[in-house]
Amino acid sequence: MDYAESTPDIRQAQDHSPAIQSWPPYQSTQLCCEPTAHIRAKNLSIAYHKHSVLQNVDLEINKGCITALVGPSGCGKTSFLMSINRLTDLIPTCRVSGQLHMNEVDILAPTTNLLLLRRQIGMIFQKPTVFPFTIKKNLEIPLREHGIHPKTSLASTIETALQQVGLWDEVKDRLNHPAQALSGGQQQRLCLARALVLAPQILLLDEPCSALDPISSGVVEDLIVSLRGQYSVVIVTHNLAQARRISDHVALFWSVDGVGQLIETGSAQHMFESPQHELTAAYISGARG
Amino acid sequence: MRLLSKTIRETGATLLVWGTATSITIPFLWLIGDLLWHGWPQLSLNFVLALPHNAGREGGIGPILVSTGLIVSVCMVVALPIGLGTALFLSEYTRNNHMYGRLIRGSLDVLAGVPSIVFGLFGNAFFCQTLGLGFSILSGGLTLACMVLPILIRTVEESFRAISQDQRLSAAALGISKRATILLILFPAAIPGLLVGCILGLGRAMAETAALIFTSGYVDRMPESLMDSGRALSIHIYDLAMNVAGGNPNAYTTALVLVGLLLTINLFASWIADKWTTLNQLPT
Amino acid sequence: MTLFSNIILSHSKIDFLFLWSLRALALSAGGLLLLVIVFLFHESWPYLTQIGLANVFTDHGWFPTEQSYQLTPMISGTILAACGSIFLAAPLGILSALFCHFYAPPFLSYWYRRMIELLAGIPSVVFGFWGLVVLVPVIAAWHPPGPSLLAGILILTLMILPTIMLIAHASIRQLPTIYIQSATALGLSQWATIWHIVLPTSRIGLLTGIFLGLARALGETMAILMVCGNVVQHPSHIFDPIRTLTANIALEMAYAVDHHRSVLFISGLLLMGLVIAFVSLAEILRYKTTYALTQ
Ligand SMILES: Nc1ncnc2c1ncn2[C@@H]1O[C@H](COP(=O)(O)OP(=O)(O)OP(=O)(O)O)[C@@H](O)[C@H]1O
Ligand SMILES: [Mg+2]
Repeated sequence: MDYAESTPDIRQAQDHSPAIQSWPPYQSTQLCCEPTAHIRAKNLSIAYHKHSVLQNVDLEINKGCITALVGPSGCGKTSFLMSINRLTDLIPTCRVSGQLHMNEVDILAPTTNLLLLRRQIGMIFQKPTVFPFTIKKNLEIPLREHGIHPKTSLASTIETALQQVGLWDEVKDRLNHPAQALSGGQQQRLCLARALVLAPQILLLDEPCSALDPISSGVVEDLIVSLRGQYSVVIVTHNLAQARRISDHVALFWSVDGVGQLIETGSAQHMFESPQHELTAAYISGARG
Repeated sequence: MRLLSKTIRETGATLLVWGTATSITIPFLWLIGDLLWHGWPQLSLNFVLALPHNAGREGGIGPILVSTGLIVSVCMVVALPIGLGTALFLSEYTRNNHMYGRLIRGSLDVLAGVPSIVFGLFGNAFFCQTLGLGFSILSGGLTLACMVLPILIRTVEESFRAISQDQRLSAAALGISKRATILLILFPAAIPGLLVGCILGLGRAMAETAALIFTSGYVDRMPESLMDSGRALSIHIYDLAMNVAGGNPNAYTTALVLVGLLLTINLFASWIADKWTTLNQLPT
Repeated sequence: MTLFSNIILSHSKIDFLFLWSLRALALSAGGLLLLVIVFLFHESWPYLTQIGLANVFTDHGWFPTEQSYQLTPMISGTILAACGSIFLAAPLGILSALFCHFYAPPFLSYWYRRMIELLAGIPSVVFGFWGLVVLVPVIAAWHPPGPSLLAGILILTLMILPTIMLIAHASIRQLPTIYIQSATALGLSQWATIWHIVLPTSRIGLLTGIFLGLARALGETMAILMVCGNVVQHPSHIFDPIRTLTANIALEMAYAVDHHRSVLFISGLLLMGLVIAFVSLAEILRYKTTYALTQ
């Protein structure tokens, strides 16, 4: 079934960008989201110390979808995420080559305004990284820095963000307490809230649940599912069950001779039920990786 | 037989180690006890506030405390911004193997080892003569600033480096600029380290004598401006002990005041640092 | 991406200013060493060019009024005092570190370390004063005159011991516990473990401490000035008074003019050269340790 038939209205509302024409015909029955490429990587390669860790990645990330990146350790998933918001710039030895676009914006262009780019692309790390200040200040700092200081509505902005991640009821009495006093799961949700107050279009989540206990992990997972449609979410996970539960699309990375490559990509159903590549089949069935 | 010699060796070593510890503890206790024994009886509020008389044999150390305070303040006011800026530059803007950073770090390491008397020579030539500041509190403070700079920079730089890289990454991921990251996130997180650096520098400045003899001078009057010559506590002790017959009692009390001040400052610093860490790291 | 571009523009301007002011501050801190050296040379210049450096070694004595400036007695005094104190302080410092780490019960170890830290924080003038009023009379009663090389060595030992002990302790603490555990598992006694395992593996840290201590001993002024008697002579035994380079500067700088002043600055340069040599040695050793650890 063609995606265009199932969601004609969305297509019409959209202008016809080249991304749409080059869209690969997935065999997908479930289409949750706009079939528009939000991020397009073409021939993307990443190297540390001139040693290549990721080569020739061609991947498109759909608007409003949850895309899961899976694969064994060290195959370059984190590096790929960090190249999307150009956090790789902070690693002196890291070189990114190829093409990377967000809508029509060339992410890798030297003229790209990084602060603005990163404002539109939020990122959550494996370990919760709250700043060592109060909960309130954690949310205020990004708001202030981006010149969003609705003096009157600062408090309500913060409240909305905290409510969005389901943290409001837990912390509303201690907004002025150190954020480090929160539990790991709460800290991770605070990090998410901190990214959400900036109203990004894209969220990059690097194993957001792996440092959390199963309960907190479940809470964060539900939260991520609730973001579907509003944000384009890219999530790295080692938890295949989780990937299966929440993702619309899956991309499998694999390290071939020490160099990471994109092996196969497709809708979750395709990847989990009828994978084309033998590595995918093996990885999904737990035989390898 | 071998077992016996082994036992003898072990016992000998144990005795040697314990003996060393005792032989170091004795002079230490003697020194502190001596200061307290001879210095404590004269110590009073009056001694701390009064003017010195009869070349310091009688009276107190009021003006000397004021001069010391002024010298140390000048020192910190000058050293702090330079030290902070340099530490920030070294930790945030240079890579470890960066040529420029390495050059600065190397020269600071050497500077840290330069004897204080050499700083005194330099201060005398540069501040007193070339800049025409003469023997003054300003010259003394500036000389001390040069002296404490390396120690200040090193501790502050280390406290910035101790902040985990995750903080910088997550700030960058939020689109916060490097400057804002430094000012809003790294700087507050480094405050305990900053404080420790300041205190170490302050303590070193306060304890210093050799660099001050021919930069801030000997005059024990109440200073009226920073351009006046002023006598620091340590110089007062030196002068009373060496140049003033019968100055020992007041030298003792002054030494007690100096050691007491240094101790208080150090305790205060570790208290604040402790408090800060508990505030930030332990669940409340 | 033109959204908010005005904010970003002003941002980058401030960033630019911020970076450049940091650079300027760093430059001024880094340039300080150069400034110090330049001024020392500048003040030494008259003597160096008009009389020549060799004369400070070949003149017939230290008689500033007769334009005779021989520094060799002061150099020997400095070296004797520093070496004597290092010979005492190095074993004492290392044994203290061993005491803290292996022998003392935790409670004692904690307080002993606190005491050493406190000792490190006592100003040198207080050490000198205590030496003058307590130690020198004791030595005088034993073997007059009292103010002597011995007094200087003893006081310096007390002063540099904390440096050596604290660095030694830090490097012993850094040793992987597995070393000590496996030595114990081999049935080595405590001292044998220390002698064969702990001291050899932490030797670079111990040496670093010793070099830094030596640098401090060479540069120490006030304590030495107060207990050594300050007689310009090559000491013939340990009870003779001596004068060090640093004490010489402190005593005469106040009234020195012309060549006299120049020579004092030359002795400052000499001191600085010595200290730089030892600090660099310590740094090289430290660099080697980090390098060895990363291999
Ligand atoms: N800062 C760095 N410097 C040098 N090499 C790096 C750096 N960061 C990552 N690498 C290397 O790049 C490769 C890919 O790392 P990356 O962190 O992207 O993997 P990953 O897929 O996220 O692994 P994991 O699942 O364990 O998080 C690894 O071989 C790693 O050693
Ligand atoms: Mg990773």
